[in-house]
Amino acid sequence: MNWIRTHVWPIVAVLLALIVVWYVAAAWMNSQWTLDQAARAQTTPSFGEIVADTMAQERPKLPAPHQVAYSFYDLVFDKKITSRRSLVYHAWITLSATLLGFAIGTGLGIALALGIVHNRAMDQSVMPWAIASQTIPILAIAPMIIVVLNSIGISGLIPKAIISAYLSFFPVVVGMVAGLRSPDSMQMDLLKTYNASPVQVLFKLRLPASMPFLFASLKVGIAAALVGAVVGELPVQQGGLGARLLGGSYYGQTIQMWAALFMAAILAAILVFTVARIESGVLKRLGMAR
Amino acid sequence: MSSLEENVGRDWQPTQWRNWAPVLVALALGAIDWRFGLLFAVWLASWWTNAVLARGERRILVAAVFGITMLVLWEMAVRLFAVPLVILPAPSVIGARIAISLPILWGDFVQTAIKGALSGYIMGCGAAVITAVLIDRSKFLQSGLLPVANFAAALPIVGTAPILVMWFGFDWQSKAAVVVVMVFFPMLINTMAGLRASEAMQRDLMRTYGASYWQTLAKLRFPAAMPFIFNGLKICTTLALIGAIVAEFFGSPTQGMGFRISTAVGQLALDTVWAEITIAALAGSAFYGAVALIERGVTFWHPSQRRQR
Repeated sequence: MNWIRTHVWPIVAVLLALIVVWYVAAAWMNSQWTLDQAARAQTTPSFGEIVADTMAQERPKLPAPHQVAYSFYDLVFDKKITSRRSLVYHAWITLSATLLGFAIGTGLGIALALGIVHNRAMDQSVMPWAIASQTIPILAIAPMIIVVLNSIGISGLIPKAIISAYLSFFPVVVGMVAGLRSPDSMQMDLLKTYNASPVQVLFKLRLPASMPFLFASLKVGIAAALVGAVVGELPVQQGGLGARLLGGSYYGQTIQMWAALFMAAILAAILVFTVARIESGVLKRLGMAR
Repeated sequence: MSSLEENVGRDWQPTQWRNWAPVLVALALGAIDWRFGLLFAVWLASWWTNAVLARGERRILVAAVFGITMLVLWEMAVRLFAVPLVILPAPSVIGARIAISLPILWGDFVQTAIKGALSGYIMGCGAAVITAVLIDRSKFLQSGLLPVANFAAALPIVGTAPILVMWFGFDWQSKAAVVVVMVFFPMLINTMAGLRASEAMQRDLMRTYGASYWQTLAKLRFPAAMPFIFNGLKICTTLALIGAIVAEFFGSPTQGMGFRISTAVGQLALDTVWAEITIAALAGSAFYGAVALIERGVTFWHPSQRRQR
């Protein structure tokens, strides 16, 4: 009970406040259109009529929350999931690219981190560039990757997955190198007194010790992978949440855009939550849960 | 002792084949296609150089050799295999393009990085720090906002770009708006964490001095929060550039890095795209470096700023 009062209630209050702000903003931003319409029809609507109209426009500047919620429900539950109008269909396209790219990026990232930790030359050559690459707006190359791969006949899932992989790769490398190096010299010395081989050190000490670091970067990486997939869908209109966003902005379908945006947000929440659940399970089994 | 060292010195002889295996691989690759063999040989030579260099403490040199090798291999691969320009331009071509179109690149840089990213960065980070200070006294608001902000920081906020471009028009204002939304939550989380970083002992000391809330904030808690704040500021430099560039994909005046990239990709003028990406990378590193430099000046007392020996 106390937990609800100290943790749940503040969040609910903040969310309610956000919705109120949203309604006010919607009424304010859409009122211009209503007034223009009224001026054209040479009527003077009352305040109540203006507010009522701003809540139910077809192409509002800022759709009211209930409009977005209705549209979201309509596009998710009332459409067949195989239909091109269904948000679930588009979310699946984005999700598959995200997961494939995330798997590739994580795998390569861990492999490179293993190389960096075990090879001094590799460490000094690659690591500065891996760190420097984090300061670069990598997402800028997304349209180029899509178009270039398209021009040599690769389209669909793979180009988006490559962007996702690229975005999730560097956080994993940096986090995993820090994790594999996290055992202190006492622990390393102990394994040396056991005459442990590098492989044994890796599996019995370094990998388990790196898990908290790995999962911290996996959470960053999967969010980045989703962003990569969404942005990768912008240049070519072949479905996916990014395509829905751009299509909505071309045709002024603001409600559809907001619905797609919410779908992307929910997808991100599910992905990060899943990684967090796996993290707590793994850490508990390793006896590292805090 | 000396005999032992001699033994160690001669130890390579039994495993001699290992040292020569890469050369054999290079020769085998060369037999398949001499170009593969050549590329592999260059790679091998530089790797061997780095392996030798890495024994000392010449970190910058090693990294530089690696970077240059990558560029050389890229150049050689493009030339040897005659890769068409529309797939991958050689570094020399990109360099030439940068040299030719410096005025255009500078205009794009000003439009995107200064007008869009930097203004949004300052507004967003400033708003986040002010918000964190404002809600600092309210436990209720803090415990409500922190989970929401944590959640929002993981969202693909770039997706709001088309909406904000609709609201604020095509010019830099909409880009700054995207950047504000993108940097706000990571910055808020870091500042809130920072304001909690001072220790109870230190706060008690301030209380014994009879310091007011604002004095404690200005003299103890804000300085103590600086490492966290700068961590947020550094994360946000990259986010700001990404936001400004991606927002331009949704509509922009006929200037800007994102605009140039998306139109040049459409014309398959990949040398221009790569030139723009180079500038974006340089701008990102410089932006990050500038913030890191300021951090060194401000948080000189923090252990992470101690010079490594």
